[in-house]
Amino acid sequence: MNIFVLLKLVPDTVEELEIAGDGKSLEAEVLRFKQSDPDEHAVEQAILLKEKCSSKVTVVALESPEVDDALFTALAKGADRAVKLTGNLINAQSFAAAQMLANFLKPEGASLPADTLILLRGQSIDDLEGEIGPFLAELLGLPYVCVVTSVVPEGGSVTVMKEFAGGLRGEFAVPMPAVIGIQSAEKPPRYVPFAKIKAIQKTAKIETVDVTPPDSLTRFGVERMYKPEAVGRAQMLEGASEEVADKLVEVLAKNSLI
Amino acid sequence: MVAMLEPELCEKGATIETVLDTPEGKRILTCIQCGMCAGTCPYGEYMDYPPRRIINMLRRGFIEEVFKSDSMLRCVACYACMSKCPRGIRLSDVLLPIVKEQTLINQPEIPAELQKTLQNTLRYGNPMGESSRKRVNWATANGTKVPIMAEIKRPVDVLWFVECYTAYYQRGQDNSRAVAKLFNALGIDFAILGNEEKCAGDCGQLTWESGLFETLTDYNMEIFKKYKFNRIVTGDAHAFNAFRIRYPMYGFNYPVEHTTGLFARCLPQLKPKLTKKLNYTVTYHDACCLGRRAGLYDEPRDLLLAIPGIKLVEMTHNRVNSICCGGGGGGMWLDTFFKQKGMERLSERRVKEAIATGADVIAVSCPYEIYRFEDALKVIPHDKPIIVRDVVELLAEALGD
Repeated sequence: MNIFVLLKLVPDTVEELEIAGDGKSLEAEVLRFKQSDPDEHAVEQAILLKEKCSSKVTVVALESPEVDDALFTALAKGADRAVKLTGNLINAQSFAAAQMLANFLKPEGASLPADTLILLRGQSIDDLEGEIGPFLAELLGLPYVCVVTSVVPEGGSVTVMKEFAGGLRGEFAVPMPAVIGIQSAEKPPRYVPFAKIKAIQKTAKIETVDVTPPDSLTRFGVERMYKPEAVGRAQMLEGASEEVADKLVEVLAKNSLI
Repeated sequence: MVAMLEPELCEKGATIETVLDTPEGKRILTCIQCGMCAGTCPYGEYMDYPPRRIINMLRRGFIEEVFKSDSMLRCVACYACMSKCPRGIRLSDVLLPIVKEQTLINQPEIPAELQKTLQNTLRYGNPMGESSRKRVNWATANGTKVPIMAEIKRPVDVLWFVECYTAYYQRGQDNSRAVAKLFNALGIDFAILGNEEKCAGDCGQLTWESGLFETLTDYNMEIFKKYKFNRIVTGDAHAFNAFRIRYPMYGFNYPVEHTTGLFARCLPQLKPKLTKKLNYTVTYHDACCLGRRAGLYDEPRDLLLAIPGIKLVEMTHNRVNSICCGGGGGGMWLDTFFKQKGMERLSERRVKEAIATGADVIAVSCPYEIYRFEDALKVIPHDKPIIVRDVVELLAEALGD
């Protein structure tokens, strides 16, 4: 199989986020980026597939701060090729990103090999709607299944397990080529010793591909960005522990929680 | 005890392929297979490959089989095997870390807690995954005022390397506040690195993530170069260990002391200030990195005995025979793994001994032990209350006002 994994970094929320002076964006100076969890699962799923049936895994990302680390880590884990799309892309929103990725994956006039599988995050902390997957599938004219927790290749298709709300799961047979939004890999993402990443950084190379940004990188503008506002609905229960316990039971009962 | 008496450094570049060609490797070849290492190891009975068997496999060309086992994950790097080896083989310093690194590389999965810890230490410079920008918060909260190198902009006598548990965790911060109080009482000219400091990497090195350890070493060495100071003092037994044993391989040549050693040296000035009587019966737990690894057995005991009212009692296993709290070598983040394997937590074994002494206080000198023993006391039944305090906390308490 020919597997592509699409990566994107997200703001690291361990570091406190700050709103920039313009009131519409995050303060870049204190911003650090990390790979989002679903991305790590997408990489893991790709490596697991490679281990099961011979596949070539390519990780692809748009140029952004700290993205090289994520690409090298994927190579150290077993990916065969890393590609960074460069250009002036920093502010690209999901649709523009999907356009550029689609152009890279299937340049105009070309067609995708039948054994191509494109894996990416089902969602990320800055894209909870998970727009990019459907955009990309639509642009490539491919089927898309999201919130997937396992991928099993069978001939010209893959059988995927999709999670639904309420603990329901559905099994789908998806003809390849296809775009799959990964929720979690079949196993937790593996650990790769840092020495191995450092060694890869010396021997492997990240290919860079210059892409022409689409006419518009953004489809909507941000009006205002702000921290959650405290509204003071908390109710403090006071008194001895026994009294507090009684009051707590009362509150819970009143709100039909017990 | 042969190994401890030899001052020469371990070799930094030794790998499993080259180790037998080094002077240390020659000594490995002299192993008499007596099994003292396995017998003294607190988890020896749970290992498929205790040190004796590892050496045998290495000498006979079957070392790859050792790497396929997760046996080495049970090593808590407590230096018990090394300190008892009659041949003076530097097991904990040279051979075991190499085996650990290969184990880590060859295991299809490593325990999630440990994985997360190693990733956190790489990314945030501390194992708990806290923001690196909050490292200094303890030193500025609650009216504490601790000088920070980048702010005071002048040379100091003592650069105090605070370390992770003592900077981020509430009970560790008690240790740090006590140290600050004692420094001030003694009129020591000191400052900390604040947010510029990152984990010294001792346990990263002992779980032998050499790449991670070297990254941290390179980073901290650069920061040290920025400032002028005469010596480094740390309250963390593991940072002390890293600076003493590993950092010199990377050009580190500052004098380094653990707070216990420093305060013991300052005892003539400190003792008259210890005016408050503490009517505790105390048992002291020897930290592996201070006791077995550095021979600091008397210093913490001298400090405790200098406090008016304190009575010292010993546990069955003490000094060179002390049992590790189970936190070393990555054990701090392997409790779930140990439990899955049906292994008793060493901290529980240890507090049972402490309880048996009838002491009111378990005195410790390594920041890991506070959590490990306080945690263990929650599950080990005991009638008489017993608390855990760092030696420096007791000293600060005895300072009076």
